[in-house]
Amino acid sequence: MAQARIVGKAAPVSLRQVTKIFSGDVIAVDNVDLNIATGKLVTLLGPSGCGKTTTLRIIAGLEMATSGTILIGNQDVTNLPATDRDVAMVFQSYALFPHMNVMENVSYGLKFSGYQKDEVRERALAGLNLVGLRDFGSRLPSELSGGQQQRVAVARALVLEPQVLLFDEPLSNLDAKLRRQVREDIRSIQRELGLTVVYVTHDQEEALAVSDEIVVMRNAAVAQMGTPRELYDSPIDSFVADFIGEANLIPCEIQRTRGNRATIAVDGYEYELPARGMQPGDATLAVRPSRLVLGQEAGIDGCIAKATYVGVRMEYTVETSFGSIFVVHDDVNTPLEVGHRLKVGFASSGPVLVNRV
Amino acid sequence: MKEISIHPVLVFWLAIGWIGFIVLPWYGIEDGFFGLEWLLDGYPFELDYAPAAFLIAAGEKLWLAPLIVALVAPLLVLNRRKTEATYSRVLIASGGLGFAWLIAQGFGIGIRGYSTDWLVFLLGELGDRQFGMGYGGLLVASSFLFMLTQGIAARGAVNGDVFVVGTIGGIVAIVTIFVFFPITKMLSSAFSSDSGYSVLEFASKMFDDRLWGLACLSGGRCGAALNSLFLAILIGTLTTLLGLTFALVVTRTGFRHKRLLRALTVLPIITPPFVIGLALILLFGLSGSITVFLADVFGTQPTRWLYGLPGIAIAQTLAYTPIAFLVLIGVVEGVSPSMEEAAQTLRASRWHTFRTVSLPLMRPGLANAFLLGFIESMADFGNPLVLGGNFDVLSTEIFFAIVGAQYDQGRAAVLAMILLFFTLSAFYAQRKFVGRKSYTTISGKGDAGIHPLIPAGLAIPVLVIAAIWALFTAVVYGMIVYGSFVELWGVNNTVTFKHYVTAFSVRLEDSGIRWSGAAWDSFWTTIKIAIIAAPLTAIVGLITAYLLTRQSFPGKNSFEFGTMLSFAIPGTVIGVSYILAFNVPPIEITGTGVILVVSFVFRNMPVGVRAGIASMSQIDRSLDESSLTLGANSWQTFRRVILPLLRPAILAALVFSFVRAMTAISAVIFLVSAEYDMATSYIIGRVENNDYGLAIAYSTTLIVVMLTAVGIFQLLVGQVRIGRRTEFAPAG
Repeated sequence: MAQARIVGKAAPVSLRQVTKIFSGDVIAVDNVDLNIATGKLVTLLGPSGCGKTTTLRIIAGLEMATSGTILIGNQDVTNLPATDRDVAMVFQSYALFPHMNVMENVSYGLKFSGYQKDEVRERALAGLNLVGLRDFGSRLPSELSGGQQQRVAVARALVLEPQVLLFDEPLSNLDAKLRRQVREDIRSIQRELGLTVVYVTHDQEEALAVSDEIVVMRNAAVAQMGTPRELYDSPIDSFVADFIGEANLIPCEIQRTRGNRATIAVDGYEYELPARGMQPGDATLAVRPSRLVLGQEAGIDGCIAKATYVGVRMEYTVETSFGSIFVVHDDVNTPLEVGHRLKVGFASSGPVLVNRV
Repeated sequence: MKEISIHPVLVFWLAIGWIGFIVLPWYGIEDGFFGLEWLLDGYPFELDYAPAAFLIAAGEKLWLAPLIVALVAPLLVLNRRKTEATYSRVLIASGGLGFAWLIAQGFGIGIRGYSTDWLVFLLGELGDRQFGMGYGGLLVASSFLFMLTQGIAARGAVNGDVFVVGTIGGIVAIVTIFVFFPITKMLSSAFSSDSGYSVLEFASKMFDDRLWGLACLSGGRCGAALNSLFLAILIGTLTTLLGLTFALVVTRTGFRHKRLLRALTVLPIITPPFVIGLALILLFGLSGSITVFLADVFGTQPTRWLYGLPGIAIAQTLAYTPIAFLVLIGVVEGVSPSMEEAAQTLRASRWHTFRTVSLPLMRPGLANAFLLGFIESMADFGNPLVLGGNFDVLSTEIFFAIVGAQYDQGRAAVLAMILLFFTLSAFYAQRKFVGRKSYTTISGKGDAGIHPLIPAGLAIPVLVIAAIWALFTAVVYGMIVYGSFVELWGVNNTVTFKHYVTAFSVRLEDSGIRWSGAAWDSFWTTIKIAIIAAPLTAIVGLITAYLLTRQSFPGKNSFEFGTMLSFAIPGTVIGVSYILAFNVPPIEITGTGVILVVSFVFRNMPVGVRAGIASMSQIDRSLDESSLTLGANSWQTFRRVILPLLRPAILAALVFSFVRAMTAISAVIFLVSAEYDMATSYIIGRVENNDYGLAIAYSTTLIVVMLTAVGIFQLLVGQVRIGRRTEFAPAG
């Protein structure tokens, strides 16, 4: 018997000036442009209510865009309902049909895709195999653990070999350990099959871990998009800086610029970094907690207010003239005492100038 | 991506239209809807049976000719793509205009030529005439309607969903034809008097003291409107409480004989309403068994306490509690066990859990149950007729206004308007009460929880009430069965089979079995009508519920109002208005079986709708959405995901409509004909002739038949499998 194999039939997705307005005046998605290349995993990230789930549902065809165009595989699908789009979606609640067993759930979409009966079965089995649930076909969803239900939901979507696979916060119902494992599983299946995936989450760590590209959304619009590294290292504004990883937002003054370099001063401490097109004057500096160096000769005056031991490192809250900043330090053997006065400097790279929002 | 260039649905409806136009007889057949004699009787050239195309070819009924244009035009766009503007424009134009022309010619030209004076004035005498539409007209009309909806869908309405737009169009059309049209015709007579239309006459009827009088507070008789209102609130409350009690006993206690209780609670709905009234008279009437017994033992004076509010209240409570039970059992089972388990882990006691979590989650169900009880009581006709005494209620007043010596259509219509006002107010209040809270409790996550038992403090009274009820019901039914074997109640108590023999004797003759009993005719008619009506009712009801809970479209509120309206109209009004509306072309079905089926479908549809809504609002939307993203269209989603989860609601709708078709009396009594007599109207006829023995024997037989039917339905539909464990696995 020929083994059915699940293969990817991935296609690119683009959204052009997509806007969604609910009940007349609530703008859920505001003029969003998005280009997702074939075989990439793109995460929509943002706080709740930022429009990321609505955007996903617009790609799925569960919501219709108020204006704008949606292309999947270069075909205009703007007015097609979910049924007629070649997408599959994994729901936050899994949405397994409670009256069907695992096998029936996974076969469900295949039955509408014109496969013969044998082939439906074979493909469904292959899908279950892929998620490691080959022997669970006759169980009911209620007889599975949360993680298993999640994998069934993934298998059910995968077997359709959709052009785009959508995930709506798929890990939010799982415990932390399982979360790491499942997200790695999802990522490796996605890579193996070369799937185009759009993934919604509000967990920045999850986003950094799984994505080829992250789209940070804020107030129904795209705040910034880029690779995890780009977003982490050069956030465009204070919102992105603070949302992706943690960042200390420090008021500073740009003293002069030369070419694309700028020299800034914070509390009398001078530092040089990329200007990013900013002009001399007041500005905001974003510095990751790990990019602050304690006890340098030059730096900002500070005083240790809190010291916390978290195993792999020390976490300090340092009181300064412009407020408190958060610093992590790898030296756990000789922790600094609360009340200790010292200079806090910046690492040679890392701090970036951002727009204040 | 699927390329859509042929349109199977459009092809199907076009074919239907053409078959209706060139193959099937255009006009209604005298032998009735199901008669097939016309096939051998000169078809297709005999003008009475000819299809429209043959009629036109023969130069007859030329006003049907424009329909050809509307049937040809869609053929030209068959190879167009759905997204092209021409496609939708042509479909909307030909569907809409075709349908409109069909309606216009139907109403414009009747048995005596043009049916209004101004048409005669404009066009002169026609010199021709036409009868009611038949198969051909029906098919062509449906074809136009669904062409129109496909055109609208192609323009992007409701996300371009052909199935949804089509079902909305279909339901709007049939509700308009079979609910609004007859009711409008009926209500317009509220303003009519012998000399045209009069507002004064209307006002004097509206504010009549016989409706609004408060004399009962001082020992007299109150108005019928106030009586009805009070009774309906009382019955709504009582039936909801009792229904909840039984639902709790069955699902949340360790009670062992649940099946018995389920069966007992089903008994009253499979009983023609006046039979409970009769049994109560046999028990508590002036010469009733219990009255006589008490008089003998305690020397009390027999009174007529039963006749009036107490009797009607007891009979209606007996009759309608099971409906509340059927609604509430689904709701009580549907409450997610994990919600209750969550409450318990939050340190709530069983009692707290019940009061603060289970009960609020059941609120939509409770409100539904109350609404049903309220409206049923308002519309009930049989019990007030038998037990009313001096306690006038609206439904019987309407009946007497039309059937009685006064024959006052205007008064009947005014009474109907008041009745409608009450029931619609209840409907509105129910919506306010349920509010916008979401009670989604069957989610897409498999629920592995177990329903907790209700607290002992509640379980004991609940069990006691259930036991008393069971006993009382058993006694009532004992009386009915016993009464059917008694020669003459209260006079000659000899046991005899005589009544059964008269009604149901069968003779074996050379030519086969001869159904010689007096009741067979009406019996077979009733079964046939009930079997046809039940699935139709369930289908229409559940599809409507699906549209209401799962789709959003413009005019949804009026749509809901329209579909629930027929339930708020008492049978007597339906009966009279159907006769007024459907006695003349274009829809001429008075005296046929079709009018009975139609009246049952539209009277009972709201029960299917409510049961469907109650169940569907507990199924998480993400289930539909995931089905849609998996490539199923909305029809496939409805059939494969929603329907299977709706089995309890389907069962309720099927059982209810089947049983109602066999037990209903109020509308039926106007609509039966010599050819199509129904069991209930036959029984009422026997009662009028004081032939109680035969009447009760026939009723008993009906009850047995309905019990069997309920059992068969239960087997056919099966238990819904939602994979929930129970704490009471079969003992062993």
